[in-house]
Amino acid sequence: MTFKRTDGRKLDEIRPMTAKIGVVPNADGSAIFTFGKTVAIAAVYGPRMLHPQHMQDPKAAILRVNYDLLSFSVSDRKKPGPSRRSQEISKVTEWALSPALDLKDFPNTVIDVQIYILQADASTRVAGINAASMALAQAGIPMRDLICAVAIGKMDKDLVVDVNKDEEDFEEGEAASDIPIAKLANSDRITLLQLDGNIQPEIVSKAIALANKAFEKIYEVQKKALKEVISE
Amino acid sequence: MVEFEKNNQEEYEDFGAEPQSRTIVVPGEVVATGEDFLAGEGARREGNEVIASRYGLSEKVGRVVKIIPFSGAFIPRRNNVIVGIVSDIVHSGWIVDIDYAQNGFLPLMESPRFVNKNEMDQFLAIGDVVAAKIWNVSPKGIDLAMKGKGLGKLEGGFTFRVNPSRVPRIIGREGSMINLIKDNTGCNVTIGQNGWIWVRGNDIDAELKARKAIEFIAEKVLVSGLTEKVERWFSENK
Repeated sequence: MTFKRTDGRKLDEIRPMTAKIGVVPNADGSAIFTFGKTVAIAAVYGPRMLHPQHMQDPKAAILRVNYDLLSFSVSDRKKPGPSRRSQEISKVTEWALSPALDLKDFPNTVIDVQIYILQADASTRVAGINAASMALAQAGIPMRDLICAVAIGKMDKDLVVDVNKDEEDFEEGEAASDIPIAKLANSDRITLLQLDGNIQPEIVSKAIALANKAFEKIYEVQKKALKEVISE
Repeated sequence: MVEFEKNNQEEYEDFGAEPQSRTIVVPGEVVATGEDFLAGEGARREGNEVIASRYGLSEKVGRVVKIIPFSGAFIPRRNNVIVGIVSDIVHSGWIVDIDYAQNGFLPLMESPRFVNKNEMDQFLAIGDVVAAKIWNVSPKGIDLAMKGKGLGKLEGGFTFRVNPSRVPRIIGREGSMINLIKDNTGCNVTIGQNGWIWVRGNDIDAELKARKAIEFIAEKVLVSGLTEKVERWFSENK
């Protein structure tokens, strides 16, 4: 028996995506990215002065990511402020984004990336990475490539693309495993690979292959949003 | 002021003179294939391909492919005219906030008249607005100069900020756009490459009108034939 998705999607179907840049007027670069009901907004500030001074790197700028869920983004109000979870996701997002950036032109400075989840329906960290990658591009930071990210799920024995909340909580059979993956759009370099759940080693490569197909679609959405800026 | 408009002019030629004839590229996109092309500013070579490193317009000049970025924070370069705010007074000069990761340093020697070392705030106090030129950019800091036409302390009026990438368009070809604003509002306007703009007019209405006009241009930066649109905007908003 194959897994039936609650929203009627095919197993390899991504939720409808939207993307837009320049949504935060005061930021140097900003973007909003959605996977269905999951909405992530990212704003980039900098390069700007880094304090405390001992954190400065005389060779390159440092990247500082802050990811957080806004208190109204989930059904049970989230207590505002940093948590163990948000700090961890900030850190892995930082690691996922930094291979794409070329920061040696801005020594002793910091590039701040703020990612806020306006509405959470699972896959929030990957939506945040997609938004942040576009925001960094708009901020004019030299980059090797854009970053695309998607969450692959294993529902019992079936792999699905772009997990939503219902699927994340799936408990039948082997239950749900959530695998967020991010990579450089035009190469095979993976910058984020996490696993929450259990999985057989041979399934991992299948999950990555599935993600690669999804990345092509996500990259198109990101590219389109960046190229659509000419108005009138 | 005439002098720095000429400097800004060079960058304008680089920017959206004919936006249609160029293509928008995103980082990582291939902009040229083959050995014939050289990677210019904002691009790099990887094997047989020239790849964009920044988000902007790609342009081929002869064999060189370069990317003209159209957004992002201000990156100071030599000879840029900037509008800054004095943020501190130290023993040999003034520290000026120029909206970059480092502050600018304006040496005491740059003041046009003699300044008593004990009374430096008589000339420039904390919070004063200055128009200055970037004299040198080094890892140690950014040195400013204030000798030149149109440079110096800016008194009265008010300052506001636009995205620094919009500055060449606000100045316009040979300063055409900025002169249009000056003629229509009667305001004195100084535009810094860092995106800070200082405006002073005869009354607050004229100043606000100038600001509105500048923000109108900043919004429509990629539109062609902007000068005519701004002229029409002025006739509609008498």
